[in-house]
Amino acid sequence: MSTTPAAPGDHAGRLGGRSGPSLPDLMAGATFVVLGLAFAIGGSQYDVGTALRMGSGYVPIALGGILTVLGLVIVVASFRGVDPTVANADRGPIPWQRMGLLVGAILFFGFTVGGLGLGPSLLVTTFLAALAGHGTRPGRALVIAIGLTALCLVVFVSLLQLRLPILGDWLGG
Amino acid sequence: MDGILLGLETALQPSNILICLLGVTLGTAVGVLPGIGPTATVALLLPITFEFDPVASLIMLAGIYYGAQYGGSTTAILLNLPGESSAVVTALDGHQMAKQGRAGPALATAALGSFFAGTVATVLVALFAPPLASAALEFGPADYFSIVVLGLLASIALASGSAIKALAMIVLGLLLGTIGQDQFTGVPRFTFGVRELYGGLDFVSLAVGLFGLAEIIRNLEHRINPSLVTRKVQGLWLSKEDFRRIRLPVLRGTTMGSLLGVLPGGGHVLASFTSYSLEKRISKKPQEFGKGAIEGVASPESANNAAAQTSFIPLLTLGLPAHPVMALLVGAFIIQGITPGPNVINDEPELFWGLIASFWIGNLLLVMLNLPLIGLWVRMLSVPYSVLFPAIIAFASIGCYSLGLNAWDVFAVAVAGVLGYFLIRWGCEAAPLLLGFVLGPLLEENLRRAMIISRGDPSVFVTRPISATLLALALIIVVAALLPSVRKKREVVFSGEDD
Repeated sequence: MSTTPAAPGDHAGRLGGRSGPSLPDLMAGATFVVLGLAFAIGGSQYDVGTALRMGSGYVPIALGGILTVLGLVIVVASFRGVDPTVANADRGPIPWQRMGLLVGAILFFGFTVGGLGLGPSLLVTTFLAALAGHGTRPGRALVIAIGLTALCLVVFVSLLQLRLPILGDWLGG
Repeated sequence: MDGILLGLETALQPSNILICLLGVTLGTAVGVLPGIGPTATVALLLPITFEFDPVASLIMLAGIYYGAQYGGSTTAILLNLPGESSAVVTALDGHQMAKQGRAGPALATAALGSFFAGTVATVLVALFAPPLASAALEFGPADYFSIVVLGLLASIALASGSAIKALAMIVLGLLLGTIGQDQFTGVPRFTFGVRELYGGLDFVSLAVGLFGLAEIIRNLEHRINPSLVTRKVQGLWLSKEDFRRIRLPVLRGTTMGSLLGVLPGGGHVLASFTSYSLEKRISKKPQEFGKGAIEGVASPESANNAAAQTSFIPLLTLGLPAHPVMALLVGAFIIQGITPGPNVINDEPELFWGLIASFWIGNLLLVMLNLPLIGLWVRMLSVPYSVLFPAIIAFASIGCYSLGLNAWDVFAVAVAGVLGYFLIRWGCEAAPLLLGFVLGPLLEENLRRAMIISRGDPSVFVTRPISATLLALALIIVVAALLPSVRKKREVVFSGEDD
């Protein structure tokens, strides 16, 4: 994590006017509440057991409850002031598109590496990932993708001898 | 003494030296890349080490860790891009020195200070780890539960940022750690019928997502063009005057770092911040700090490295990781079939002492390798980010997939990365989550065991003296961290500004 001190940013400050809640705190707290509840409710489907012989659900329910409470405290606190660590961070807008490309690249790899094999799967993955760069045009992304794929094949297959097929079943490799 | 000799014998085997050298080189090469901190470096390179036997693999990992730390200082000094919070302080004066054409002395100071601190701290680990480990053998499940609680809570007090968010991140980490088959009953939890998740989330995927992918998304918020201050680093050797100036700061930094590093929550970030403010406070020329004072590089770098080293004490004796890199090492131990903890020293003396000896050898190799090769590292610094981050994505995907040929390990990277990006953006640190994740199973196992032994009586945690003491300590830490007066002081320390 880079924690370079930076000028106060406008994106991470308060929502709307001065009296509104601190958006980052509100979102963080809400996320914890949702996840805490999800784990607690999910955990209640397993055997809870007793304190003597705890079942599979005991600890998840307890921890989920704690997380929910902590999340609520953070939500309440968000109406009272801005966490100084967030207020001072210089934040740009969320790069949705770039994030989508990166996530797509990784998911594509996970779905296809077994079927297509390392070579073709990696080529598409690195191409999609490279497109996420600022000012990277498709042509340049293709060059980056070819270069990186070649590099990775050399490093992982030739040097490290990972047992990954370069061409997968789908391509008759 | 026998132990150290055995360690040196193990670590000095030509193959192990070679592996340590490989680790140090790889660690520096990746760690020096802008935007990749030590944790991400270790996580990305972790899959490679699994190709070797346990001793060699852990020696390589230790080498990667030191290399990554050193590479991180290099980026902090030359690019003003600290890869992790403990390098933030190094960047303050180190980058100013680089701007004044003194990048060489700054890098040399960092290397020599780290080497000195590493040597002292290695001796400390060798001295204190064995007695602590035998004390830890007396621990029952209740005591273990309490020490894990203490370690987790201490990590909040010692970290920068909001304490309550850090606590929530720990709990979230603990919850993520419950995914997979229940160790006691074998019931699969939160797996949604996916067989591949029965073994639990892969910690490498989680670390790569949180520290690699999340950081990339964060960097893509802005168009970044880090400006390299200098392509040529000259005059690597320190002048007599420089040596005189860094002597005491290095000693003070080493002392501070060694002490804080032992804390179960890990004090390496605190160590570098406090040693910097200490130097500034006692300096005759405090106005020079922030403008290229060599003391401001020497002391925090020594403190950071000493703390990194002594934080192996809780890891090797209690199996308690103090910071995210240690958490990754715990995972590496487990994958190699070794349970980190007090038994390692007796069951695997070769590994224990070999690892300790290789700390020192790794530090030595760093000084010998990095100063002459600095030209090469500077060239790596100029790799454009638009090429760098797709490479990280590719390495992360292949690395996580190759661990178990399991596509879900790859999907986990994407999920952890997006979740981590948003949580970090909202002011939550990722490190406590990873610590919680790694310690979660340990916590649950010991809690359930302790309750069975005590026949369901929860008072066992406060009636056993060891457990009671540890929990009392944990309580004091939490109360202290939440007290307004202490909170103010903490903010002052972490902002590095004092008057």
